[in-house]
Amino acid sequence: MNTTIMLFLVQDGITNGAIYALLGLALVLVFAVTRVILIPQGEFVTYGALTYASLAAGQMPGTGKLALALGIGAFVFDLFVARKALHARLILRSCITNIVLPAIVLALTLYFAAQKPPVPVCIALSLVIVAMIGVYLYRIAFQPLAHTSVLVLLIASVGVHLALQGLGLLFFGAEGQRGPAVLSGAFTAGALRFTGQSITVYAITIAFIVALWLFFGLTLYGKALRATAVNRLGARLAGIRTTLSGQIAFLLASVIGALSGIMIVPITTLYYDSGFLIGLKGFVAAIIGGLVSYPLTAVAALVVGIVEAFSSFYASNYKEVIVFMLLIPVLLLRSLAAPAVEEEKD
Amino acid sequence: MQSRLPILIFALLMAAIPHLPGMPPFWIVLLDNIGLAALVAMGLVLLTGVGGLTSFGQAAFVGFGAYTTAVLSTAYGLSPWLTLPLSLVVSGSLAVLLGLITVRLSGHYLPLGTLAWGLGLFYLFSKLEFLGRNDGISAIPPLSIGTFKMLSPGSIYYAIWVAVIVSAVLTMNLLDSRTGRAIRALRRGHVAAEAFGVHTPRAKLLVFIHAAVLAGLSGWLYAHLQRAVNPTPFGAQAGIEYLFIAVVGGAGYVWGGVLGAAIVVVLKEVLQSYLPLILPGSGQVETIVFGIMLVALLQLAPGGLWPWLISFLPERTGGRKPDTSLKLEHRARAAGESGVLLQVEKARKQFGGVVAVNNVSFDVQAREIVALIGPNGAGKSTTFNLITGVLSATSGSISVLGRKVDNAPPQEIVKLGISRTFQHVKLVPDMTVLENVAIGAHLRGHSGPISSMLRLDRADEAKLLAEAARQIERVGLAEQMHQLAGSLSLGQQRIVEIARALCVDPMLLLLDEPAAGLRHMEKQRLATLLRELRDGGMSVLLVEHDMGFVMNLADRIVVLDFGTKIAEGTPATIKTNPEVIKAYLGVAA
Repeated sequence: MNTTIMLFLVQDGITNGAIYALLGLALVLVFAVTRVILIPQGEFVTYGALTYASLAAGQMPGTGKLALALGIGAFVFDLFVARKALHARLILRSCITNIVLPAIVLALTLYFAAQKPPVPVCIALSLVIVAMIGVYLYRIAFQPLAHTSVLVLLIASVGVHLALQGLGLLFFGAEGQRGPAVLSGAFTAGALRFTGQSITVYAITIAFIVALWLFFGLTLYGKALRATAVNRLGARLAGIRTTLSGQIAFLLASVIGALSGIMIVPITTLYYDSGFLIGLKGFVAAIIGGLVSYPLTAVAALVVGIVEAFSSFYASNYKEVIVFMLLIPVLLLRSLAAPAVEEEKD
Repeated sequence: MQSRLPILIFALLMAAIPHLPGMPPFWIVLLDNIGLAALVAMGLVLLTGVGGLTSFGQAAFVGFGAYTTAVLSTAYGLSPWLTLPLSLVVSGSLAVLLGLITVRLSGHYLPLGTLAWGLGLFYLFSKLEFLGRNDGISAIPPLSIGTFKMLSPGSIYYAIWVAVIVSAVLTMNLLDSRTGRAIRALRRGHVAAEAFGVHTPRAKLLVFIHAAVLAGLSGWLYAHLQRAVNPTPFGAQAGIEYLFIAVVGGAGYVWGGVLGAAIVVVLKEVLQSYLPLILPGSGQVETIVFGIMLVALLQLAPGGLWPWLISFLPERTGGRKPDTSLKLEHRARAAGESGVLLQVEKARKQFGGVVAVNNVSFDVQAREIVALIGPNGAGKSTTFNLITGVLSATSGSISVLGRKVDNAPPQEIVKLGISRTFQHVKLVPDMTVLENVAIGAHLRGHSGPISSMLRLDRADEAKLLAEAARQIERVGLAEQMHQLAGSLSLGQQRIVEIARALCVDPMLLLLDEPAAGLRHMEKQRLATLLRELRDGGMSVLLVEHDMGFVMNLADRIVVLDFGTKIAEGTPATIKTNPEVIKAYLGVAA
C-alpha cells in the first residue's frame, strides 16, 4: 500500500469522522437529557442540507412551511395542556414563540429564495428553520411521552423518523442535490490537498466540541441539563424545568444536525433518505462512546470514519457490514469492563 | 391458570374466516401477513415486554429462517417439511451465538448491540453469493401435504394461523411456570432473582432463543408463502417495525403481539390503498400519516392497546388457591446444621477509597437471632451483600458451616440454605404475591422450559405453588395471595419478601430492615413469627433500626459504626455500652 493512498484515506476518514462526531455528540446529548434515542437526527441532517441547497439554487424549500405548521401544532398543545389555567401572558408567549417566529422566518425565506441569496444567508435560514422544527417536534411528539419508558420513546422516535422522511420526499423530491461550498479555495501540503470545505468541517467540529464542553461545564443551563440527565425527578425538585431541558437538547441536536448536513452537502450528493444511514454511523460512534462520554464519542467517530474510508477502498461491498460489526467487540469489551449494576427500569 | 375457552373461540373463528361467503381473497392475504408478523412480535413480547431485553435484530432471525429453507429447498431439493426443523435450528443456534455476545450487554447497550448486528446481517444477506445477493432466491417450492400444494394464500393460511395459535399457547404456558417466573423477574434487575438461584444470563439467553425460533418459524412460512426471498424484508427497518408492532399491541402481552400485528398491517394497507384517493400527490404520503398515527397512538395509550382493551372487561376475581396438602421435598441439607452456621472473619469491603466494611468479624450460631445494628452508613447492608455474594469482599473470609464461601455467586450461597430480603423491596410488581413468593422456591423445582411449554410441569408446579401458599399463610398474607405485589403497602411487601425467603427452606434467614414501614401490631406479629422460626431450628440475622423491636427479639447484637464493629453482646449489655451510646447519640456533654 502506498503512503499517499493511505494518507488520502485517513484524510477522507477524518472528514467523515468529524461529521459523525458531531452527530454522535448530539445523540448523546439528547439521550442523556430526554432518554430519546433520536433516530430523526438523520432527518435534521438532510433537512439542513437540502434546505440549504434549495435556497442556494433559488428555490423555496418546503421546510419553512413545515416549521410554521409544527409551530401551530405546538401552540395548540400548549393551550391544551394549560386549558385549565389559561391566561393572556401564556397565550401571548406561546403564540410568539410558536407562530409569530416561524411566520417571520417563512416570510424571510420567501423573500430571499426568490433572489438566490448569498451563502451566509442560506446557512442562517436553514439553521433557524431546522432548529424550529426540532424544538416544535419535541413539544408535539416527545414532551407528552416524557414519563414513559425508553422503549416507547424509541418507537415514537421511529414514528417521527418515518413521517419526516416521507415529508422530505414531498419537499425535496427523489432527486439528489448538492450545495455550494461553504468556503471555497484549497491548498496543498505535501501530497495532500486540503479544500476550504474540509477545513471548515474540522474547524466547526472542534469549535462545537469546545463550545459544548464550555456550555456543560460552565453555564447554569448546561448544568441544569446535566442534572436532568442524571435524575429527572431530582432536577424537577431542585426547580429545573425538565421540559425546558428537553427543548434545549432538541434545539442543540437539530442545529448540530442541520450544520452537519450543510457541511456535507457540498462534498456529497444527498437524497431525502440519506440521513438515516449518516445518523446511524453517528450512532455507532455514540455507542462506542457509551452514550455518556463526549470526548470518547469524538474519538470513536474518527475511528468509524477512518474504518469506513479504508473498508470502502479495500472491500467496498462490505463497507456497511464492517462499520456496523465494529460495534460488537466494542460493546462486548465495555460490558465486560463495566461492573454489573442493578438497574431499576420503568 | 388461564382459561382455554377464549383461545378455542379465537381458533374456531380464525378457522371459519376463509369459509365466510363473499370473503375477499385479498383479506386472506392480509391475514397471512398479520400471522407472520404476529409470530415475530410474540417473540418480542417475551423478549422485550416481559424480559426487558429490547431487540432490533428480530428481522435478521426471520431472514435466517427464510434463507435456510430457500437455499435447502432450491439448491438441494429438500422437502419444506424437512427444512422446517432446520430453519428453526439455524435461527436458534445463531441466537445462541449472537445471544452469548449480546445478552451480556447491560442497559442500553443491548438494544444498540442488536441494532448493530441486525444491520450488519442485512448487508451480509445482500452481499453473499450463495444467498443470491440483492436479487435473493426465487422458485421456492410451496408447502404440500401429499399431492395438495399450498399454492394460494388461502391454503397456507391454515399453516400460518396454526403456527400462531400453537406458538401463543406454548408461550403463555412458558410464562405461567417456574422458568416463566424467572423470565418475568428479569426486567426488574437481576439481584433479587439471583438471590434465589435464578441464573439470569441463562434465562436471558433462553428468551432470546425462544424469540429467535419464533422469528425463524415466521421466516420459514414467509419463504413458502412468497416462494421467493430477498434481503429487503430482513433489514433494520423491518426490525424496528416488529418492535413497534409489539409496543403498539402492548409489549407485555402475548395477544398484544397479535393485536399489534393486525393493527399495523391493516393500517399500512388502508393507508396505502385509500390515502392516494384522498390526498393525491407524489408517493410516501402514507409513510407520513403512518408515522404521525404511530406517535398519536403512543400518546393515547403508552402501554399499548391490548391492556387498554382488556381494562374494559370485568376484572377477574382472584385465582384458585393452590392445594396446600401437596408437599415439596426439603432442600438437601448438609450434615450438621448446628453449631456455627455463619462465620464472618475480618471481612473488608472497599469502594475506591471508602472502607464500607472494615475488618468485621462475627458469627451466627444455630437457633439464634442475631441483630446487626448501627447508624446509617455503618456498613450493615454491605455486610449482607458480602455474605450473600452480591458483592465480593476485598479481603477477609466468610464461611458457612465451616466451609469458605468467599466470592461465591449469590446462586451458590442460596443453595447452602441462606436466603435474604432486601432493604429496598425487590418484588416484581406486576406479578401476584403467590407468583413472587414462588420465585423463592425456584431451586426446589426442576421443570425446564420445554416441559413447561408442553405443560408436563404441572405436578412440579403444583408443589411449588403449594409451598408458596403455605409460606404466605405463615406470614399472614393469605388474603392478599392473588393481588399484584405492586398493589400492596410497603410494609406488606416486606412481609412478602420474608415469605419468599422462607420458600428457600433456609437454615439462615437474612432480613434487611424487615420492620420498616410496619405498624405496631404488625411488628409484634413479625417478632412472634421470627421467634417461632428460631424455635423451629432456623437462625435469623437481621438489620434493623427499630431498637425496641431488636432489643426484645435478638439473642445477640452486633453493633457497627463507620464500617467497624464497636460492640457485641446481649441486648442488656449493648444498652449500657458507652461506645454504642456514643455512636448513636454523640459524645455526652
